[in-house]
Amino acid sequence: MSEKIYVLIDHGEGEIRTPSLESLALGQRMAEETGFSLHALILGNEIGPLAERLGKQKVDSVLLVEDQKLANYDPDVYCRALSEILTEDQPYLFLMGHIYQNIDLAPKLAAAINRGLVTDCIGYRKEGDDFVFVRQMFRNKLNADVQFRSEHPWIVTLQTGATSVDELKEGSGQVVERSLDLSAVELRRKPLEAFEATQGKVDLSQAELIVAVGRGIKKAENLKIIEELAEALGAEIAASRPVVDSEWLSRDRQIGSSGQTVSPRLYLACGISGAIQHIVGMKNAQCIVAINTDPNAPIFNIATYGIVGDLFEIVPALTKKLKEA
Amino acid sequence: MKLLTCLKQIPDRDTRYEINAAGTGIKTSDLTFEISECDEYSLEESLKLREEHGGEVAILTLGPQRAEKSIRKGLAMGADRAILVRDDEGKVTTPHAVAKVLAEVLKEEEYDLILTGTQSDDWSYAQTGVLLAELLGLPHATIVMEIRADPAQKKVKALREMESGWFQWVELPMPAVLTIQAGISQIRYASLKGIMQAKKKEIRNVELSDLNVDLSSVPEVEVLKVYFPVVEKKAEILQGSTAEVVEQLVEKLKKEAKVI
Ligand SMILES: Cc1cc2nc3c(=O)[nH]c(=O)nc-3n(C[C@H](O)[C@H](O)[C@H](O)COP(=O)(O)OP(=O)(O)OC[C@H]3O[C@@H](n4cnc5c(N)ncnc54)[C@H](O)[C@@H]3O)c2cc1C
Ligand SMILES: Nc1ncnc2c1ncn2[C@@H]1O[C@H](COP(=O)(O)O)[C@@H](O)[C@H]1O
Repeated sequence: MSEKIYVLIDHGEGEIRTPSLESLALGQRMAEETGFSLHALILGNEIGPLAERLGKQKVDSVLLVEDQKLANYDPDVYCRALSEILTEDQPYLFLMGHIYQNIDLAPKLAAAINRGLVTDCIGYRKEGDDFVFVRQMFRNKLNADVQFRSEHPWIVTLQTGATSVDELKEGSGQVVERSLDLSAVELRRKPLEAFEATQGKVDLSQAELIVAVGRGIKKAENLKIIEELAEALGAEIAASRPVVDSEWLSRDRQIGSSGQTVSPRLYLACGISGAIQHIVGMKNAQCIVAINTDPNAPIFNIATYGIVGDLFEIVPALTKKLKEA
Repeated sequence: MKLLTCLKQIPDRDTRYEINAAGTGIKTSDLTFEISECDEYSLEESLKLREEHGGEVAILTLGPQRAEKSIRKGLAMGADRAILVRDDEGKVTTPHAVAKVLAEVLKEEEYDLILTGTQSDDWSYAQTGVLLAELLGLPHATIVMEIRADPAQKKVKALREMESGWFQWVELPMPAVLTIQAGISQIRYASLKGIMQAKKKEIRNVELSDLNVDLSSVPEVEVLKVYFPVVEKKAEILQGSTAEVVEQLVEKLKKEAKVI
C-alpha cells in the first residue's frame, strides 16, 4: 500500500465531466487531511489537451493512458487498463463519480482485482487513521456508515453533488504518460446505434407551477385528484419515475436524472419520497411543498413547507380551498 | 432459451423502518416483504423472452426461508422453477459475497441470459449483477431498457439507458448478464391458474454450507451504523387538522413564499 489517492477522470465530447471534477475536489480535501499524494487518472485516445487542463489543478500528477482501444468506453478494455494500473501502483484509494458509466465499470473492476467497493457515497469522515464512508440506502431513507476491512486500493464511487466543483483548487501537476499493452484484450460488447429520446410533447422546463405525483398515488384512477389540484392552481402535472414506469403518465412528464430538469416557482410533491434521482431534477424550484404520510421521507429535507399526511385527504381539501379563494 | 432471473426479497417499500438494536440495520420482525422492483421487471422480461423464443425461466434467490413467498409470486407469474440459497442467519452481507454465492450456483449449468436488477430497493448497492458477470467471466450490460435476443446466432442486443435522455444499443455474445432497469415493460399479474400451478413448482433449497464457496477471501466492507439522515435544511412542517394545514399552506404560498 502506498500513500496515494487516485481519481478517475471521465470525459466525453472533449470535455471533462463534472462528476469527475467533484471527485477530484474531494480527493484534494482527503489528500490535504492525510498528506497523501493525489493523482488524476485519465484514459482515452488523443486526450492530451484534457490531461494538460487537469495538470492545472492541485494534483501531484496526471496519469495519462492513451490507446486507440480506449477511444470509447468499453467495460473489458477499461477494466483491464485500470486493473493493471491499480495492481502495479497500489494506491490507497481509487475515487470516481457514481455515473452510469462507472455503475457499469466499478463492480467489474472490484471483482477483477478482488478489492472492496463502496458505491454512491455522499461523504466521508476521518476517524483516527481510518476513513468512514457515508452512503444512502432504502431509497435515501437511511444512511449507512461503512468501513473497508479489505486490502487497498479501496474503490469508492461518489454521488453527484456529494461535493462541489467550486471547492476545486488550482495548482500544477506533471502529466505522466503511461503506456499499457492492451492489444490482447477482446472487446466482447459491440456498441451499436445511440440516440436521444425523442423530445416529448410536454416541455416542463418553463413551467412556473408544477404539481408532481409519486407512487403514493397508488393507481392510475386516483390521478383525478391530482388533475383537479393542478387545474385549480393552473399548474402542469409531473411525476416520479415509478408513475411513468407504470404508464400512468407519459414519459415526458418524468422529473429527475433520467427525466426532465425543472425550476418552477412552486413544486408541489404529492406522495414522492425524494430519492436522489428525483431530487436532481427539481431541487432548484423556488418553493417546494411536500405532502407525504412518512415524516422521515427525505423529500422533507429539501422542502420549504411540509404536510405530514394522507394525500387522499390533503389534496382534495387543498383544491377546494384554492377554488374558494 | 435458458433464462435466469436473480430475485431479491426486500422489506415493503412503504414501511416506516426502525433501526435494529445493534444499529447496523433495520428491524425486520414486524415487516412484510416483497420483490425488489427491478427484479419484478426483470422476471417479466425473462417471461417475455421465453414466450418469444421458447425455453425456460428459472429464479435464483439468496435469502432466508421467508423469501419463498416472493419466489412463489415469481412462479405464479410464470417462472418454471426456482433455487433458493438459504442464508437464514444473514451471513452473506456484502454484494461481493452475494455475487460469489450466486456465481457458485450459476456454474452448475449454463444459462443463455442471466438477468438481475440494476439496483436493489433496500441496500441499493448497484453492484451485484456486474460483480456476478465478472466472477462468471461473462460479458454484461447495465441499466437495460429493452432486449432483443437472437438465440440462433447466440447474440443479444440490449438497449442501455444513458444519462440525460440518451440511449444506446449494444450487442453481446450469449451467455451474458444484463442488469434491468425499472420500466422496461409492464409487469403482469399472476393469474389464478398461475397461482395454483405455482404451488406445484419446484423450489430447490440449497444450504450455504453445501456450496463450495470460500467467503473468507471476499473483500470485507463493514456497515458500522445505520441511521436516519441528519438534515440541515428541514421543511417547515405545518401542524393541525386537514382544514388547518391547507389554510396555512395557501396563506404561506401567497403571503410568505409569494409563489401563487
Ligand atoms: C439509474 C436510475 C435512474 C433513475 N431516474 C429517476 C428519475 O429520473 N426520476 C425519478 O423520479 N426516479 C428515478 N429513479 C428512481 C428513484 O431511485 C426512486 O425509486 C423513485 O424516485 C421513487 O419514486 P417515488 O418517490 O414516487 O416512490 P417511493 O419511493 O415508493 O415513494 C412513495 C412515497 O409516497 C408516500 N405515500 C404513500 N402513500 C401515501 C399517501 N396516501 N399520502 C401521502 N404520501 C404517501 C410514501 O411515504 C413514500 O414516501 C431512478 C433510479 C435509477 C436506479
Ligand atoms: N440476495 C440476493 N438474491 C438474489 N439476487 C440478488 C440478491 N442480492 C442482489 N441480487 C440481485 O442484484 C441486483 C442488484 O442488487 P444490489 O447490488 O444490491 O443493488 C438485485 O436487483 C437482484 O437482481
